[in-house]
Amino acid sequence: MNAPDYEYLRKLLKERSGLDLSADKQYLIESRLLPLARKAGLAGIPELVQKLQGGSSALITSVVEAMTTNETFFFRDKVPFDHFRDTIMPEILKARAGKRSVRIWCAAGSTGQEPYSLAMTLKEMGAALTGWRVEIIATDLSQEVLEKAKSGVYSQFEVQRGLPIQHLVKYFKQNGETWQINPELRAMVQHRQLNLLQDFSHLGTFDVIFCRNVLIYFDQETKINIFNRLARQIETDGFLVLGAAETVVGLTDTFRPIVDRRGLYKPNDPRAALAKPAAESAAPRMAMAGR
Amino acid sequence: MKTCLVVDDSSIVRKVARRIVESLGFQVIEAEDGVEALVHCKKAMPEAILLDWNMPVMDGFQFLGTLRRMPGGDEPKVVFCTTETGIDHITKAMGGGANEYIMKPFDKDIVMAKFQEVGLVEREESAA
Repeated sequence: MNAPDYEYLRKLLKERSGLDLSADKQYLIESRLLPLARKAGLAGIPELVQKLQGGSSALITSVVEAMTTNETFFFRDKVPFDHFRDTIMPEILKARAGKRSVRIWCAAGSTGQEPYSLAMTLKEMGAALTGWRVEIIATDLSQEVLEKAKSGVYSQFEVQRGLPIQHLVKYFKQNGETWQINPELRAMVQHRQLNLLQDFSHLGTFDVIFCRNVLIYFDQETKINIFNRLARQIETDGFLVLGAAETVVGLTDTFRPIVDRRGLYKPNDPRAALAKPAAESAAPRMAMAGR
Repeated sequence: MKTCLVVDDSSIVRKVARRIVESLGFQVIEAEDGVEALVHCKKAMPEAILLDWNMPVMDGFQFLGTLRRMPGGDEPKVVFCTTETGIDHITKAMGGGANEYIMKPFDKDIVMAKFQEVGLVEREESAA
């Protein structure tokens, strides 16, 4: 791929999705965009770039979606789901015993494996949640990915990666070569399209936010901005869950890690956060628009 | 080193399975059918058994039943690995004492995920 084409795609992706590709990710672009180019009847990346420069908005959307879609498994990394069951939910069951309601946000819900894994974990808790109002909001940038998540249909390969066989038997219905998650579990999850770079205050406040393996693609400034905005959508006693390679440390004071619970964070006292208003003034979209 | 008994009548499948299971840190023994697998188990119980269903002489399900009634036969973690992908077969296998179930075709990711599920392999957190 020639350098100007690569620069063009980098800049486009940064502006549209916040995806911050380093200078050496040509292979990633090629592996994801070449199939897309071919599908669109184009010979290769140069032709794709030409078409994008011509301003095809549908194609731009496809490119952004192809580059930002991540591989995901059921119960990916397992540990966060153990924390959810053993640390987060017991605390919430106590703290919300009066309200009997819990709101969970999967901020990078992708094709649905994460929100449905949470739904299964909650189902496995059985009677403890009887009479509770459970809301799981799964958001993703990509409409295509959301459609798949909504359908709850997975291939034989997908249901074998991370999903215990007992869960497959219990919560899925077989349909030839594919497996569909039960309507009862599908009904526990609401799917919405959302770009984390844009305002998400309309989603309301949450007891738990899963935001795993998405911030790693953003630059520091954007990460800080998102953390500060996430802090406003989380209950003061809520939990933030990040991916194994992610942290708030060194980026923001709005959250603090929980000792011995890797990937789990608590919001700090909002007054402490308010004392440092400078940290949230840097809106990345504004900054980028100026470039 | 933990031992895994790979039971399948196809030498190609055994070869593929051997490579995957060895890469997960197991010593591998092979058997072509249930009877041969039982002979190995009588000598020394393996920690893991990757088990095909349809085989001549003695099939995987019959083997499992016999194994679980043997002294020490409740110890190995048994993971079915079969082209039988129907829910009826899965339910029957789990009811018969299997620990996990792989629907062929399989790859290393699937075997690893299933071995992790039954505690044969430690989990490592994937970093992105």
